[in-house]
Amino acid sequence: MGTPLTPVITEFWDRPDLYTLEGYRAVGGYRALEKALTMGPDDIITQVKDSGLRGRGGAGFPTGMKWGFVPQGDGKPHYLVVNADESEPGACKDIPIMMANPHALVEGVIISAFAIRANHAFIYIRGEVPNAIRKVAFAVQQAKDAGLIGKNIQGSGFDLDVVVHSGAGAYICGEETALLDSLEGFRGQPRLKPPFPAVAGLYASPTVINNVETIANIPYILDRGVEWFRGFGTEKSPGFKVFAVSGHVQRPGIYEAPLGITMRELLDYAGGMRDGSDVKFWIPGGSSVPMLTPEHLDLPLTYESMAEAGTMLGTGTPMVFDQTTSVVKAVTRWLEFYKHESCGKCTPCREGTYWITGVLEKFEHGHGEEAEMETLTSLCSQIAGRSFCALGDAAATPYPAAMKYFKDEFVAATHTAVDEQFDPVASYIFAGAVAR
Amino acid sequence: MSISEGTREQRREIAGRYPSARSALLPMLHLAQSVEDEITTDGINACAEVLNITPAEVTAVATFYTMYKREKVGKHHIGVCTNTLCGLLGGDAVWDALTDATGAGHNSASADGEFFLERIECQAACTHAPVMTVDWEFMDDVTPSSAVEVVDRLRRGEQVHSTRGPAIRDFQATEQTLAFPEDGLADAPSVDDKMLAGLRIAQERGMTGGNV
Repeated sequence: MGTPLTPVITEFWDRPDLYTLEGYRAVGGYRALEKALTMGPDDIITQVKDSGLRGRGGAGFPTGMKWGFVPQGDGKPHYLVVNADESEPGACKDIPIMMANPHALVEGVIISAFAIRANHAFIYIRGEVPNAIRKVAFAVQQAKDAGLIGKNIQGSGFDLDVVVHSGAGAYICGEETALLDSLEGFRGQPRLKPPFPAVAGLYASPTVINNVETIANIPYILDRGVEWFRGFGTEKSPGFKVFAVSGHVQRPGIYEAPLGITMRELLDYAGGMRDGSDVKFWIPGGSSVPMLTPEHLDLPLTYESMAEAGTMLGTGTPMVFDQTTSVVKAVTRWLEFYKHESCGKCTPCREGTYWITGVLEKFEHGHGEEAEMETLTSLCSQIAGRSFCALGDAAATPYPAAMKYFKDEFVAATHTAVDEQFDPVASYIFAGAVAR
Repeated sequence: MSISEGTREQRREIAGRYPSARSALLPMLHLAQSVEDEITTDGINACAEVLNITPAEVTAVATFYTMYKREKVGKHHIGVCTNTLCGLLGGDAVWDALTDATGAGHNSASADGEFFLERIECQAACTHAPVMTVDWEFMDDVTPSSAVEVVDRLRRGEQVHSTRGPAIRDFQATEQTLAFPEDGLADAPSVDDKMLAGLRIAQERGMTGGNV
């Protein structure tokens, strides 16, 4: 028997009223907040540290440690900012959490703000998802009406205001310092670090920025305890994860499971690959992490195991592609994305994504030259590590990873267009619908 | 009434949400777009006036973010994800079908002003690929024919529901929601089979996340 699924954040998503305060309370919601308010901020931070919870936005930084960096008693206002700008190609788990279980996020926000002694919290949601924005705004308003947000919450003396903020279309705003600039009403461009946001973040004050899923974990950790949480996952990757499986699989969707489950197990829950199809390559967590192949299907999906395999767990939202997929086309499309989303602040990223995309498009059309494979490697190495933020590093990721496993396809693209090598229609998931 | 007079109170209300008023600029630009169907010079001036910054500063922001348009969008904004996963799984074919059906191209409107098409980047719904949006509401799991049917029905004035969200209104109504998110539509069903895929297996097989 393999690793079982563990619905926690997703456990009651089949309740039509879960998005309401009443529905959420009926399944134990806001119990953790009551407990938290009696514990006091320092004990909450300790408990989150002890849980070993790591950030679910991609980098996997320990959440409790991040909170611990906020100077206490400094006399400055503190801010909590939730990064709900989910835009990474492949990532699709925060938007479902906000649409299905918005109060878990809101309860997590109240507890987390209390812990870091913030009286203002902001939930920065990408503008292209009005339905997630209205769900969260509704939940926040209900919490305000019930006295769970506002002045002197539940008689604790703790005041909190929560603002739901709409973005306006910019992947870069998922980068935490660009998000802060955007939230201050500027172009979303990354800041030089240090100073880190924990010291000088929003309005130059101490700020914690956490991902939606990270914050949604907090009520469950407080309610059920560290031992329960550490009962899932591994020593270095404790807990569970809202995995979102997409691609050429039978049943793409949301599967919540302990960290350490393998891709083969997740794929099995998703019904396997579509008929007559095999895994060609897969990406554990967003286009910014290197691709893997079928030989990696039995590795545990943990931060440490993915790092050992030369990739990252990232957002934990695997995209799985079958043999109908052209690797050259996939990589070209991702680079077009990074070119479009580069904010333009750093020359290597702004110019590099432009030139890489141009060369890749030659390959896509079968006009690549052998020597240009080296050009692409060189361009990638001139971006990686040479930009303010991780978008540059991410843009330099897909090509080298693809070359590691699928160099033959780039060679073939020096004489034959990829659409001639791979019939695009074969890759569609509605092949029947097209034929009709 | 001009935007500068008609929305002054609303703009002040948005600014009042934040410890520093300038933070209100993004939602305020959404408000401007909800009134004028695009970002106009008047809209920029109206934001600048309330925030006490220059129109040049507002313009710098408005031109950075892709959701702000500098030409009339028309009645409906139609997005098709053509990023790698959606595009290769069929979004490319959906795009071709919609350009044929509407006569619009990337970031441009159809001649009748009904539809504005845009090849969008990842919409965070890869489990529901290929993904289309109508006025930024989800239209999941589309095919070329189902996508064309959506625009045909909209053109005929029929009611069309988002697959995870409310009935479709129009582009300007969505922009209003982005400025004032409490739009009374939070009760629209938003959880579907794909979001419940793992939960249902767990329920069938008696798997849980432990004590409740």
